[in-house]
Amino acid sequence: MIGFRSIGMALGLLVASLLTASAAETGDWQEVLAKARGQTVYFNAWAGDTQTNDFIDWVGREAENRYGVSLRHVKLKDTAEAVTRVVAEKAAGREEGGSVDLIWINGPNFLTMKKQGLLFGPFASHLPNWRFVDIADKPSNLVDFTIPVDGYESPWRMAQLVFVFHSARTPLPSLPKSMKEMLGWATEHPGRLTHPDVRNFLGATFLKQALYELADDPKLLQTPATEETFATVTAPFWAWYDKLKPLLWQGGNEFPNTGPAQKQLLSDNEIDIAISFNPSEAAVSIQNGTLPDTARVYVLDGGTIGNTSFVAIPFNAAHKEGAMVVANLLLEPEIQARAQDPMTMGNFTVLDLDKLDAAQRQLFERPADAVGLPTNAELGTALLEPDPSWMTRLVAEWQMRYVR
Amino acid sequence: MWLSFAPVLTLTVLGIPIALGLAFTLMPAFGIFAAIGGTELSLDSWRALFSAPGFAIALILSLTTGLAATVISFVLAVGFCAMAAQSAFVQRLRRWLGPLLASPHSAMALGFAFLIMPSGWLVRFVSLFTGSTRPPAELVTVQDPSGIALIAGLLLKETPYLVLMILAASSQIPVRQILASARALGQRPAAAWLKAVFPQIYPQIRLPIFAVLAFSLSVVDVAMILGPGNPPPLAVMATLWFSDYDLDLYYPASAAAILQLLLVVACIALWWLAETPLAGVGRRLIERGGALKGQATVTMLAGAAAILVGGMGLASILGMALWSIAKTWRFPDILPTAWQMSLWLDRGGQILSTVVTTALIATLSTLISLALALGCLENEQRQGLRPGKTALWLLYMPLLVPQIAFLFGIQVLLIRLRLDGTLFAVVWAHMVFVLPYVFLSLADPFRALDPRFAASAAALGAKPLRIFLEVKLPLLARPILAGVAVGFAVSVGQYLPTLFAGAGRVSTLTTEAVTLASGGDRRVIGMVALLQSALPWAVYGLALLLPLLLFRKRGDLSR
Repeated sequence: MIGFRSIGMALGLLVASLLTASAAETGDWQEVLAKARGQTVYFNAWAGDTQTNDFIDWVGREAENRYGVSLRHVKLKDTAEAVTRVVAEKAAGREEGGSVDLIWINGPNFLTMKKQGLLFGPFASHLPNWRFVDIADKPSNLVDFTIPVDGYESPWRMAQLVFVFHSARTPLPSLPKSMKEMLGWATEHPGRLTHPDVRNFLGATFLKQALYELADDPKLLQTPATEETFATVTAPFWAWYDKLKPLLWQGGNEFPNTGPAQKQLLSDNEIDIAISFNPSEAAVSIQNGTLPDTARVYVLDGGTIGNTSFVAIPFNAAHKEGAMVVANLLLEPEIQARAQDPMTMGNFTVLDLDKLDAAQRQLFERPADAVGLPTNAELGTALLEPDPSWMTRLVAEWQMRYVR
Repeated sequence: MWLSFAPVLTLTVLGIPIALGLAFTLMPAFGIFAAIGGTELSLDSWRALFSAPGFAIALILSLTTGLAATVISFVLAVGFCAMAAQSAFVQRLRRWLGPLLASPHSAMALGFAFLIMPSGWLVRFVSLFTGSTRPPAELVTVQDPSGIALIAGLLLKETPYLVLMILAASSQIPVRQILASARALGQRPAAAWLKAVFPQIYPQIRLPIFAVLAFSLSVVDVAMILGPGNPPPLAVMATLWFSDYDLDLYYPASAAAILQLLLVVACIALWWLAETPLAGVGRRLIERGGALKGQATVTMLAGAAAILVGGMGLASILGMALWSIAKTWRFPDILPTAWQMSLWLDRGGQILSTVVTTALIATLSTLISLALALGCLENEQRQGLRPGKTALWLLYMPLLVPQIAFLFGIQVLLIRLRLDGTLFAVVWAHMVFVLPYVFLSLADPFRALDPRFAASAAALGAKPLRIFLEVKLPLLARPILAGVAVGFAVSVGQYLPTLFAGAGRVSTLTTEAVTLASGGDRRVIGMVALLQSALPWAVYGLALLLPLLLFRKRGDLSR
């Protein structure tokens, strides 16, 4: 554990030192603000979650009031839609004036865009609020899927794998606390466990989490997978999954398409455990009525994978200044505090609370009466994402083995 | 004079995006895609496609579900219409066609999924008697491996569509007289309809059947909701690859899209080839006279199944409507246990502007399509042209090629023209899909119009324009209105074209519904799905009412 945490931190420090060098030029931030005024920023973001959509709406009003930047939420079903759009623009030779200004991006899409030279940056280092970002205890703010962020994306919310359950129907002590126990539990309760489709990032994360726990030497996951390491490291995982699959919901032949679709199955009583990347999932779902008051979340004993959600700016964005202003706004302490409120999104902050003044810190105090909200202690320390090569191979191999 | 521009304009509107779109599908299928570094001709795309996990099953799944959905919906639609000829009750059921036709595929599929899933409405009714409090874990309904749920979901939309097409075609035939003669020869009403009316209608509905066939073979949204996922049908597989973050998947995706096109062409050819021997058998049976063994039973069953399908469709919509005002609705409750109107009250205003945009795009694309279609048909008739095969295939292209494949080409074109993200671009992209449906709905009734009406009017000294406006249009009022209703509904249901042409900036009810469906709040999905259906309902209502109002004094036209 400590081993790869320190690798992440070392990487983080390296990147951070590079970033502070360029952050010295923040004198031109006033110029950015001036150019941004009056711009319309097209924020391409997954829109499957009403809470997040409402939050983006609210951020838009703040951006207008504070900086004269008008924010338009381009609603995506899948982040790759925005990537495809930028590719289409590149194919059409539009090197500037592109239609996508800001993308809520995830690891694999980030990797693709960075590799294809489709991103603008480094810009995150130029953001004044960068100084609040936690780069010591939240290494995933600097390293996305083990790929250094290098200032090409700016963090906006923390995510950690949690399992959602009905405490009234299935009390916590009866639930599995590790992926190994998951198999025994599924044997006793056939058909009541599933995971999202492996093409979905949450489904892939379920597999990664299991791989982490079942691998003999999880440290290898922080380095790119080779033919050899992949075969040896994943062997116990496949043995485990072969036994688990027929015990899953619908005999392991079908999987819910997304995390929310899986949550609906939990709500419909079809399954007993659902996976989520939001520690406040139960609290927020109770709040909006999609789960009963007795919904709770828990993490596995060995810890669960955590990561950071980022925003990035395409190379040809028409309103780069406005996009930077919005990225900076997303890091404002008040905005981060609001995002963390379970009444809105309940997302844990990417900021280092020690870097804030007392008044700002107070904004982050969690409501004592919020039902279903885990404490930081309950969440434990987040595990680092494996190198992306593991996920790609794992999903491909899964499909080779289990797609009829 | 100006009329001869109509075909040119139509071909431009449809041809350019299709040609470009196809080019952008063909090139990556053979390795060429400069934007992501593909510069050399190769067959790697095909190798990757053929070796993809589950490819063979995906292909077979597409074929079986596509063909089954088409054949069954055709049989059910014919059964329903035959029953309608003998039963006033079935006749009256026709008015329920509107809601079914108008609801977009995705909205209906979401409702249907709720109906049949293990924790869905049907099982909840069953558990009233069994008393179970948990859904049966062993029950597999939605997303079953053989695609039965997908076929059933497709029937919900396709059966009513074919019924409407048969009804529209009927207006060109003296149905009552033919039925009366056939009955005078001793045939029961359903048999009379099948033997004497249907053979005259079939040629007119052949194109709609092909559209249904092409759609069923390449459907994406319904298949994502109701079809199996491991592997999914070929079109879904291609769509997922096209929108994958791994841009290398663009190559097998393009190959799959081309294969999908070949698949559709092959199935249409198959259907065409099967027509002649089947028609021969049918003719012999009809000529033999007398009653057919089992015919009445088969017709009854098909008709009853059609009614059942219609009922399921309506229940699907009702389920979504209930969800939009449900607060708590958990298994095994038949009805929500707590209600709320807050969704409608809080989000009503926000969503109103989306409703307006949706209606505006649908109205513009349908009206322009109607003008172009009528212009082409009238031009064809005045010039004495026979409908050309090439033009017909071009018209078909948007319905044959998987949308995602050539929409990328449209997107690149629009970006080059700096038109992406505009309302104009979205209307154009919608027309690519609306125009074929409007044209297909109109072409046969227009061509089947008895030329003696026009000849009589001309003999009385009327100019061609006047004949067109005062003779042909009123005579065609019903097919025209049906075409408008279909076009409007098609536009409202478009997801990918709106997204691609609108650069995601133009949001309609359908883009809202699909993005929300990727989340999981069934209440919000229910509200948007209901609105998605309600808008075209209004237009269908008008399409049914207008002939009655317009032709109150001309009895035969209003029927």
